[in-house]
Amino acid sequence: MELADVRRRIEDRDALAGALRDALEPARVFTQPVDLIAYEYDGSALTSLPDLVVLPTTAAEVAAVVRIAGRFDVPVVARGSGTGLSGGAIAPIGGIVVSMSKMRRILSVDLDNRCAVVEPGVINLDVTHEVERDGYFYAPDPSSQSACSIGGNVANNSGGVHTLAFGVTTNHVLGLEIVLPDGTIAAIADRGPDAPGLDLAGLIVGSEGTIGIVTKVTVRLMRSREAVRTMLGIFATIEAASEAVADIIASGIGPTSLEMLDRLTVEAVEPAVHAGLPLDAGAVLLVEVEGVRECLARSARVVEELCRRNGAREVRTAATEEERHLYWAARKGAFGAMGRLAPNYFLHDAVVPRSQLPAIMHQIVEIAGRYGIRVANVFHAGDGNLHPLVPYDAATPGEIERVLQASEEMLAACVAVGGTISGEHGIGFEKNNYMPWIFSDADLAAQRRLKTAFDPDDRMNPYKVLPTPVSCGELLTRRPPRLAASGLWI
Amino acid sequence: MATQIQTAAGSAAARDVPAATPIPRLQIPELDKCIQCGFCLQACPTYRLLGVEPESPRGRIHLIEAAAQGRIPIDARFEEHMYVCLGCRACETACPAGVKFGTIIEAARAEIGPTGTPLARRMTLAALRHLMPYPGRLRTGAILLRLYQRSGLGRLARALHLMPRRLAEMESLLPPVPSRFFAPSHEVYPAIGERRARVGLLSGCVMSLLFADVNDATIRVLQRNGCDVVVPRGQGCCGALNIHNGEREAAKQMARRNIETFLAAGVDAVVINAAGCGAASKEYHVLFRGDDPAYAERAETYSRLCRDASEFLVHLGLVGRLGEVRARVTYQDPCHLLHGQGIRRQPRDLLRRIPGLELVELEGSDRCCGSAGIYNVVQPGYSRRILDEKMDAVARTGAEMLVAPNPGCMLQLAAGVRMHGLATEVHHLIDLLDRAYAAAEKAPAADAPRA
Repeated sequence: MELADVRRRIEDRDALAGALRDALEPARVFTQPVDLIAYEYDGSALTSLPDLVVLPTTAAEVAAVVRIAGRFDVPVVARGSGTGLSGGAIAPIGGIVVSMSKMRRILSVDLDNRCAVVEPGVINLDVTHEVERDGYFYAPDPSSQSACSIGGNVANNSGGVHTLAFGVTTNHVLGLEIVLPDGTIAAIADRGPDAPGLDLAGLIVGSEGTIGIVTKVTVRLMRSREAVRTMLGIFATIEAASEAVADIIASGIGPTSLEMLDRLTVEAVEPAVHAGLPLDAGAVLLVEVEGVRECLARSARVVEELCRRNGAREVRTAATEEERHLYWAARKGAFGAMGRLAPNYFLHDAVVPRSQLPAIMHQIVEIAGRYGIRVANVFHAGDGNLHPLVPYDAATPGEIERVLQASEEMLAACVAVGGTISGEHGIGFEKNNYMPWIFSDADLAAQRRLKTAFDPDDRMNPYKVLPTPVSCGELLTRRPPRLAASGLWI
Repeated sequence: MATQIQTAAGSAAARDVPAATPIPRLQIPELDKCIQCGFCLQACPTYRLLGVEPESPRGRIHLIEAAAQGRIPIDARFEEHMYVCLGCRACETACPAGVKFGTIIEAARAEIGPTGTPLARRMTLAALRHLMPYPGRLRTGAILLRLYQRSGLGRLARALHLMPRRLAEMESLLPPVPSRFFAPSHEVYPAIGERRARVGLLSGCVMSLLFADVNDATIRVLQRNGCDVVVPRGQGCCGALNIHNGEREAAKQMARRNIETFLAAGVDAVVINAAGCGAASKEYHVLFRGDDPAYAERAETYSRLCRDASEFLVHLGLVGRLGEVRARVTYQDPCHLLHGQGIRRQPRDLLRRIPGLELVELEGSDRCCGSAGIYNVVQPGYSRRILDEKMDAVARTGAEMLVAPNPGCMLQLAAGVRMHGLATEVHHLIDLLDRAYAAAEKAPAADAPRA
């Protein structure tokens, strides 16, 4: 079976477009191929053309779109900034893509109660920008935080480089408003320490748009710490840096961030950022400690000592705020910088128990060597959340198959040592068929029953999260060879 | 970058994709680097304004790639997306992969040609082909414009509502044409003091006609810094506007003329005081790489000589006494200086060297002012919205002077200042340096520190 066989056919596309144009403004309903094609991708390597794209500006408009989709029996795919890494925002079997990018108002900020109410299209970093003058911040900080939206973060239960200390999105969402598949608007409000009733916010955060479309989010704001110190440990090997990670965690000083970049990553990102990262080191460990000013000197000493004890040849401390930003820019720009190494990249988001880090890194290198592929490792070492990035060229015959197979083997190795298939990027259409690796039939049936209770017709973001008859591999392997391969480049 | 499979040949969406033929010319290597991470989105003024993917850098790249592959035709909607783009290249600064968006959008526009109604298109093309390459004709045009401005015809036409609104808006962007154009009295201006370099000055088209004083000031500042300044008579407009508006044939001729003129002049560097010209001159090789790879190499030789005035002066090391310029000054990064040439530090360093000058940062100084070549004429609505935001930021700085070393930016910002009723003066960086040198000459030696 192929995706073409399961693509939802729309009987009367003109009538559907007309109904949507009546509900929104005509200018906010895209039907021309030139416009649709700009919504066939997200941050992953997967693409699929939607039938229509709409850009609502209010919850009522979202509800109208969902009701119309129900009437015409068309899939609905919510999309934030389209920076997701698992194909969550693309429409593999067609349908309406609902872009939330015009719902981007910060509705209210309540510093006394440390929360803000925002629309889903608000950019993650803009929440922090709004309150940082007053000494507050929004904690979940994915690498893409300058581009990704709060709605997308809620869908994927996104983490970030400070997940180690502050947790993931679900720990920072206090309330939601959601348009359900029948077009009703439900408020999932006031998620206190032990709110009455079922924890529906807990269900919705991370459901990847399969339950409904979130139209309002109440986020937790945190008080910025008094002081912060960002350090860089430079190691000969990833294994040595991994040992340092284990020791730093064990020391109990509680770093807020422990991030690793290997040599190939540094090679890709340093030319873009000029952070002064060494191009000859096997691994760079980025460590951040925060807290009361007086404590930091001691914490920093412990970090330095543990890095050196594990063979760090140098430990740097960011001397200025600008230098600190550069270190982080290097870490956060790593995925995008893969474009310097090859036209495409594939990555997994595997998680392993932290104690397994050195062993699994060894295995990843071994697998890459066996397949003759390069692998760049940049990851949340403190959480054991790996991101092996495999740069490749889709135009090279047979390369995609090799990359997919190698990546799958890496993922299997992680699962084998007690890990799991995703830490923060979501399952989307890229990993949904790996779900049986970690869940039994009964486990999956329980999830499916819950989803069906809300969305009996499987209209909301179908073909995502739960296993499907067709895998994403088709979208990768059926790519036409680019003309690059046929020597037509000028 | 994403390549794509044709989903469901029989589906509605796929059926609606019109047949188009691949365009090998458009399959440029720069497309390959974009992996659609989205870091460019918030850097893009039009994405921030409109919030739609086809008006974002990665969206446009994807559309261009699709057109190159023959998946979509180059139609009116495609053209719109390509020309709503300011060409500010802020996405290049934001891009972790180093995608050269400027090169990509210029290639797409070369397939379309200039934008607008059929009449506007013909007029733009005529201007780009028959006016810009000819300094004499440009000068005549400026003289006619000056006559018109002084005759009061414009005031009369506006008072009687004889002028279409669009035309009146365009006219409001124009400064009064100065009574004097740039007319170099020498071919070579000798260095003052120890001779440290021999440089060429690209006098430019707009700079020569509307900013003669800045060109004169540039020569004086370079002389004071020990440079023999060559102003070759054979030079002309650099062709940047042609390249930005999809006209490459005349652009190539214009590039060749400047390349040959300056290479023959035997200079250590070509100093350019207009950011747009600098960015274009540094990328000439792209124009030729398709059909004349040998000449592309010669173009690169020339490009390597090109320096923005601030870049050149900071590298050379400023010498001579600088006097006081007492003013609160803010700085707007010209897009083609910051994003096109990666120059951010040098202009600020130079401003900070001037005694008495207080430099305050402008919020969003790395964002386009909406001038963007002839964008303010082609897309007045978006341009105005962007300019208004810029003027609010300028007002918040409380600066008396606004520095933006590029003619397009200076014109746009001056128009903005007029429209918003601000008292801020708009200056070129070189202007202030020249004033500082002049001030030092007037002041007793003990008062003025050496630069």
